Amino acid sequence: MIEEVHPPRWPETCKDEVEAILRRYPEGRERSAILPLLHLAMREREGRYIAQSDIEAVAEICGVAPSYVQSVCSFYTMFRRQPVGKYLITVCGNMACHLLAGGSQLVEHMEKTLGIKVGETTPDGLITLEVTGECLAACDLAPVIHVDTEYVVKVTREKFDALVAAL
Amino acid sequence: MIQFEPVLTKGIGKVDLTNIDVYEAQGGYQALRKALAMEPQAIVEEVKKANLRGRGGAGFPAGVKWSFLPNDGRPRYLTVNADESEPGTCNNRTLIYANPHQLIEGILITAYANRITQSFIYIRGEFKRGAEILMKAIEDARRKGYVGQNILGTGFSQEITVHRGASAYICGEESALLNSLEGRRGEPRVKPPFPAVVGLYGCPTIINNVETISNVPHIIKNGWEWYTKITANPDNPKSCGPKIFTVSGCVQRPGNYELPMGVKLRDVIEIAGGLRPGRKLKAVQPGGSSTPMLTPDHLDVPMDFESVAAAGSLLGTAAVIVYDDTVDLVDVALYWARFYSHESCGQCTPCREGTHWLERVFTRIKEGGGTEGDLKMIADMQTQMAGTTICVLSDAAVAFPASLLKLFPEELDRYINRVKEVRPA
Ligand SMILES: NC(=O)C1=CN([C@@H]2O[C@H](COP(=O)(O)OP(=O)(O)OC[C@H]3O[C@@H](n4cnc5c(N)ncnc54)[C@H](O)[C@@H]3O)[C@@H](O)[C@H]2O)C=CC1
Ligand SMILES: Cc1cc2nc3c(=O)[nH]c(=O)nc-3n(C[C@H](O)[C@H](O)[C@H](O)COP(=O)(O)O)c2cc1C
Ligand code: SF4
Ligand code: FES
Repeated sequence: MIEEVHPPRWPETCKDEVEAILRRYPEGRERSAILPLLHLAMREREGRYIAQSDIEAVAEICGVAPSYVQSVCSFYTMFRRQPVGKYLITVCGNMACHLLAGGSQLVEHMEKTLGIKVGETTPDGLITLEVTGECLAACDLAPVIHVDTEYVVKVTREKFDALVAAL
Repeated sequence: MIQFEPVLTKGIGKVDLTNIDVYEAQGGYQALRKALAMEPQAIVEEVKKANLRGRGGAGFPAGVKWSFLPNDGRPRYLTVNADESEPGTCNNRTLIYANPHQLIEGILITAYANRITQSFIYIRGEFKRGAEILMKAIEDARRKGYVGQNILGTGFSQEITVHRGASAYICGEESALLNSLEGRRGEPRVKPPFPAVVGLYGCPTIINNVETISNVPHIIKNGWEWYTKITANPDNPKSCGPKIFTVSGCVQRPGNYELPMGVKLRDVIEIAGGLRPGRKLKAVQPGGSSTPMLTPDHLDVPMDFESVAAAGSLLGTAAVIVYDDTVDLVDVALYWARFYSHESCGQCTPCREGTHWLERVFTRIKEGGGTEGDLKMIADMQTQMAGTTICVLSDAAVAFPASLLKLFPEELDRYINRVKEVRPA
């Protein structure tokens, strides 16, 4: 795992945003800010992952132990502890997309096009490919993928290749 | 084909309802004005009489839930469940992305009716754009005086906070959601106490689904009698109102279709374009992954809470997943087993172990190594996993396997028999 030792810059550079997040919750309920702050930390870090130093910073802001933030963080799939490429392609691996709309064959095609396996990042660091077991709540438009949480719907091989070429 | 004038999705795809001026031009925020001139208790009564049932899957009457809030001076909270993660379910996405002000108006009315000053929308992490749309809509509403302090000069105040999850199916379960919102691991709590009594930060809390709350402005605007008349099955007065059915799987036009409660399963499939030419219907899950299958014999079942239950399944989230004769239901079982074993939070042994066992058993069966004993194990699992745990994820995980065993034993036998052929006695 890549670890960042230095304290992150976001608590300073995003001070206003951090304060606005804290204000959204009642007094004495700073723990509620843990998830929003982890989202912020991840956004601010190139590679969009959470480093140990982010966990420590969030812990300090919320007045809890780093081990506590760590245990919360590890519960949620989106809080990745490994960097990803510039673009994260998340393929829906649930019923309507993957089994009933040809998503599984599509994943094979994506691996071939990108020259990587699911879970890997292209050597140029541009694209990470992942498959999620969760339904992305767009089964009406299956098969769907997320490119950094933006929907691309009714994906075909051609549509995917064009999308990748444009990234 | 069934004709229905949409209520919740009216204008979607035709006009840009995310624009507050457009929403207002369609009559938006009129219900809020009307509500603010009413006694809060009268609004709760109106919703009770309308018999608005929770759209998050369990169908609990919203007005009844609201009247459970104790009056003991503790702050009260409203939390909207926008975690939408039941596989097959997509209506919250449409309601958030395409009609956010309807939800905000519903929140404002619900909060006023229940004397709440702070609301939260817990939205799944993957709906990042949806969260942005909601936050913009809240700010637009604030500029018009609908959100914030002293709303429309009435003395009523409301703050609405959008809180993003970070991908965990279980966070849609209301008590897990509350833990997550409090900055904890999203593990369900033991119920009772229900959130209405001990909820967010230990205070009385209303939790309702996005679709449930989106119904509220229409009930206030048009009255409970109007609402109770919206049904395709007048014989059952217990379920009514508009309902968005998400039809997915083996139909020609998958989609979100707003229809009256009680519409026949046959009509729901037909409006989604029916099956592909030459295909035959095999089975339907009427309300998401956690609901037992219905078969072609059930095409005339009215899609309301009571009728679907009488037919042996559940209306759930009305996520109608259609399987035609090309689908191997053992594949489906394996998919669901994998899903639930990944999503179990692990607190309860029957669920943590049981979901893993189901995954292993179905993997084995699919690979041709299944035995008669495995079939018995699936049957036993049903009694061991259902009704024994903190939340109903465990029950949900056995619902499909149990209905597979009961309704389509031959699908399983295909694999089991193959083993016998390979190893003749
Ligand atoms: N929308 C989605 O994505 C998903 C929905 N589900 C649905 O969730 C349902 C199960 O949800 P649960 O919350 O476990 O159902 P439940 O039956 O325990 O509760 C339903 C609602 O009524 C309230 N309630 C029930 N009895 C009460 C009482 N005596 N006092 C106060 N409040 C009371 C609960 O707090 C809850 O808000 C399933 O039917 C399933 O269809 C499951 C997974 C995902
Ligand atoms: C495992 C599990 C997941 C759930 N996920 C959701 C969800 O994503 N959205 C939702 O509204 N309700 C979900 N529920 C149901 C909620 O616990 C709760 O019943 C609902 O939010 C109440 O709102 P309603 O009365 O308006 O339906 C889930 C329940 C379980 C057991
Ligand atoms: S039933 Fe499963 S998901 Fe629910 S609390 Fe228990 S272990 Fe967690
Ligand atoms: S199955 Fe892919 S979005 Fe639901």
